[in-house]
Amino acid sequence: MDWLLHAGDDPVHKLLLMLIAIGLFVALMAIILFVVDRPRNPARWFVGFGFTGVALLLLLAGLVYPAVLTIWTSFLRRNSGDFIGLDNYARAFTEPQFLVVLGNTALWVLVAPFVATFLGLVYAYVVDRSRFEKLAKGLVFLPMAISMVGASIIWKFVYEFKPQGVEQTGLLNQFLVWLGGEPQQWLLSRPLNTFLIMVVFVWIQTGFAMTLLSASIKAIPTDITEAARLDGVSGFGMFWRITIPSIRPALVVVLTTIAMTTLKTFDIVRTMTAGQFGTSIVALEFYDQGFRQQDAGMAAALAVLLFVIVVPVVVYNVRQQRKVEEIR
Amino acid sequence: MTTTTPQVPTVRPPASGIGSRARKARKALTSPWASTLAIVIAVLWTVPTVGLLVTSFRPELDIRTSGWWTVFGDAFAGEGVFSLRNYETALYGSSTNMIEFFVNSFVVTLPAVFIPITIALLAAYGFAWIDFKGRDILFIAVFALQVVPIQITLVPLLSAYVDLGINGTFWTIWLSHSIFALPLAIFLLHNFMKDVPRSLVEAARVDGAGHVKIFFQVMMPLLTPAIAAFAIFQFLWVWNDLLVALVMGDLRTFPLTVRIAELAGSRGGDWHVLSAGAFISMVVPVIVFLALQRYFVRGMLAGAVKG
Amino acid sequence: MRIQKFGGRRRGLALAAGVASTALVLGACADTEDGSGGDGGDVEAFEIDCSAYEEFGDLEGTTVSVYTTIVEPEAETQQASYEPFEECTGVEVEYEASREMEAQLPVRVQAGNPPDIAILPQPGLLNTLVTEYDAVLPAPESVEANVDEFWEPVWKEYGTVDGTFYAAPLGSNVKSFVWYSPSMFADAGYEVPETWDDLLTLTETIAGETEGAAKPWCAGIESGDATGWPATDWIEDMVLRSAGPDVYDQWVNHEIPFDDPAIVESFDMAGEILKNPDYVNGGLGGVDSIATASWTDAGYPILEGNCWMHRAANFYATQWPEGTEVGPEGDVYAFYLPAETTDEKPVLVAGEFIAAFTDRPEVEAFQTYLSSSDWANAKAVATPAGGWVSANLGLDPENLATDFDQLTVETLQDPATVSRFDGSDLMPAAVGTDSFWSGMTEWFASDRSTERVTSDIEQSWP
Repeated sequence: MDWLLHAGDDPVHKLLLMLIAIGLFVALMAIILFVVDRPRNPARWFVGFGFTGVALLLLLAGLVYPAVLTIWTSFLRRNSGDFIGLDNYARAFTEPQFLVVLGNTALWVLVAPFVATFLGLVYAYVVDRSRFEKLAKGLVFLPMAISMVGASIIWKFVYEFKPQGVEQTGLLNQFLVWLGGEPQQWLLSRPLNTFLIMVVFVWIQTGFAMTLLSASIKAIPTDITEAARLDGVSGFGMFWRITIPSIRPALVVVLTTIAMTTLKTFDIVRTMTAGQFGTSIVALEFYDQGFRQQDAGMAAALAVLLFVIVVPVVVYNVRQQRKVEEIR
Repeated sequence: MTTTTPQVPTVRPPASGIGSRARKARKALTSPWASTLAIVIAVLWTVPTVGLLVTSFRPELDIRTSGWWTVFGDAFAGEGVFSLRNYETALYGSSTNMIEFFVNSFVVTLPAVFIPITIALLAAYGFAWIDFKGRDILFIAVFALQVVPIQITLVPLLSAYVDLGINGTFWTIWLSHSIFALPLAIFLLHNFMKDVPRSLVEAARVDGAGHVKIFFQVMMPLLTPAIAAFAIFQFLWVWNDLLVALVMGDLRTFPLTVRIAELAGSRGGDWHVLSAGAFISMVVPVIVFLALQRYFVRGMLAGAVKG
Repeated sequence: MRIQKFGGRRRGLALAAGVASTALVLGACADTEDGSGGDGGDVEAFEIDCSAYEEFGDLEGTTVSVYTTIVEPEAETQQASYEPFEECTGVEVEYEASREMEAQLPVRVQAGNPPDIAILPQPGLLNTLVTEYDAVLPAPESVEANVDEFWEPVWKEYGTVDGTFYAAPLGSNVKSFVWYSPSMFADAGYEVPETWDDLLTLTETIAGETEGAAKPWCAGIESGDATGWPATDWIEDMVLRSAGPDVYDQWVNHEIPFDDPAIVESFDMAGEILKNPDYVNGGLGGVDSIATASWTDAGYPILEGNCWMHRAANFYATQWPEGTEVGPEGDVYAFYLPAETTDEKPVLVAGEFIAAFTDRPEVEAFQTYLSSSDWANAKAVATPAGGWVSANLGLDPENLATDFDQLTVETLQDPATVSRFDGSDLMPAAVGTDSFWSGMTEWFASDRSTERVTSDIEQSWP
């Protein structure tokens, strides 16, 4: 038993353990599918549960239970068991520190996903079937391969400030100096700094949008584009009237996914400014309260706010889903 | 993947002739200012990374006193401005062999990609094609779970692992990554699955195929590109993960990211070494992307033609 | 960040097995032997008296886990300092270090998975762990005896919460230093100032004689998550100098409000230098650049001749770029940040503390070792590059590697010295690691007034 649990320091043992894990998992799945497939006319719920059951059980234990716990904690004072009702929420909506945070988060959700999706879409469309497609996509994908912290460090370099008279080490300020301007304290100037930090996020997520959207552009049946072309549609019209409607569901998916990521991402702001200079967002404030201030109650309240912010996104998606089904 | 048009696929004319004409037409349409735009984006997306790459080969004091772009001028002047010192520190500066961290990263990542994708594929099929009671509500719930911050799950999950006596092993790391990946994986794969034409599924059903058979024989071939795409992202997230590794793992399971994070030094002053570390850890994901890219682009086209 | 199996015998084996590197742990040790690993590898072992650990019984083959923020390269010397204990007792110390330790430790504690011993970088964390999670075990008698013997009583107080003594101090920092370039001072004919007024006069003189980006002072308080802390040290040093140690204690314990006139005065005393565009920020920009300049690099303009003085703790000695010589005749050295008169010598100190979460005999034995003078001397010997000291009175200054470390310990042990612990580490987390930091950051970044900053911090006091 211990052999199966702990691999110690032996790399061969570790690799073996990995193979065993995969093997055990495949066996488990095979058994489940075999059982599901057995009855001649199985009840629908039985098959449905066979396919979704493992996922649902894992989610129940791993995400739903902690989420419920969090909702409860959000009514408690710090780490104690004292019930204080909505006090944590009241704080979140009254203290100026948190109001800035809420405003910034709204800005992030409203701007970052759209910019990333838009750039990814345009880029995917433009390089599609061009000679350099693979290289071009590889370049934009590259930032995805860097961790968020790594990417933030890269951009911290770009925004770095050195005063006039000292050699610049930040690319952006160097450009400004070359153009005859004065170097700027980029990360200090509000509200520009929030947008400059968003640039980092967009820089990473565009690769994600591009990859998925490019695949879906390629899936547009050629007879549709051909027919449109025969009708005299061209250039921007082709993009606007044929491509976009054809990949609409994919666009919604990509936008949604990036919006969700936006709400959760905190390492970028943490690395760039640590939330100083009026740049903090809910996810970072949550991390701060929970893991640095050890205020579990406040952290939980902020996490619940994240759920609430996401409700409109969920509703929108459900509506879209319904529409697609009606067409079907 | 997202063909919303409900045509019967078999009547589609062979792609070759029209395809090549369409290709020519498209090329003419996107030039030239579109090409300019593409080049601008590509450059903007590459320059910061190049900057970091150049930086990672520069001595510490140079990094802090002059911009990385100055090396090109200096190199012309014949001055020795590059050094491997940062890479030496990153690779050999620890009492532990870097290879050990690489092994751990692999051992952590492979099952953490394979397991959630498999579970999510089955679940996505269930939600997309099996009409059981409560399906829509459950799916919306799964979808909304995407926003749960991983941090709130750490204490409850770790407590459970401690109670079970399996904390600090690879098993808890695989399990945790699998759980965290599921909402997005199910959501994305569900959307791909939904787009498979109903006629194909119906046809198979008429032939007497059950759900398991349909899943393997109809869905899987069509979904190969989608799986490849998601596998890349999941691979990247797990490979670059620090949080789960730190909380759920222990000394014997720590992956590369844990080592890289330390390169900044106790007081965060050594980030010149970080630049080298970042590139060392980037190598594998980039290789994986290049290897899979070809595969899923081709697969996607094949799927479109077939479906 | 690795299980280290130290000890002469194993090490010989390691060298032999290193090339084959099938046994990766052993191979890892061999890396150190190659000399690429840093400072800790080849140090001669420090001899200790093993009998001190006999009372704990036979510990051979047991393991103690240590969780700390001390990562490479300092981890190397830290681990080397455990060797004498491991050789005496046969205990294996499993060393785990992470920069995220302060966030991760409470998670592990809550989940029921704490390490045996944690090295806490500041007493505030001890306070949280005790009052919020009730997780730390009181120090065993043997540890308390050591602390009574080797430490000033005030240090024992820092490791005490609500009357119970939990955590023995480990290493110490001295923060009241000003870094400068001895040769620049000599060339310009400047003297090291001995009083606060001298310092201000010197500052004015330098400001009048420099031009361009060069300024008398440079400062930087950017430190990732912890941005702002170097500025709190400035303020604390000023409170000690302008208001005195008694007011300092009242301020830290919130017996007077944070925006008390005495404290506002201390802020303004710092502001006289730090918010004067003629005096700062040498080679780094204007006053607002203090908020964005990384504290780890903020002294570097001294090396470029753009800055004359940089106030930073003794551990800044390890931050200078490779090849910088630290010494009275070297590239950089430090002088004591002067007080109003030469008779008083207030010193701002800080340090690490050892908290235990389990009470197995080997854990108590290790705790006892860490609180002894044996450990302090072993650590000194294991740190040939310097940059480390302890206020442990049993530490023989002869064992310290550098002139600067000896200066630091002399400052600590000087009878005239009145030492006070870093106030932000003692204040509640909501102030000490949050509003005080962000308040200071805004003080520089958006030129917020002292009155507003201090009253905002006062508001946030829980």
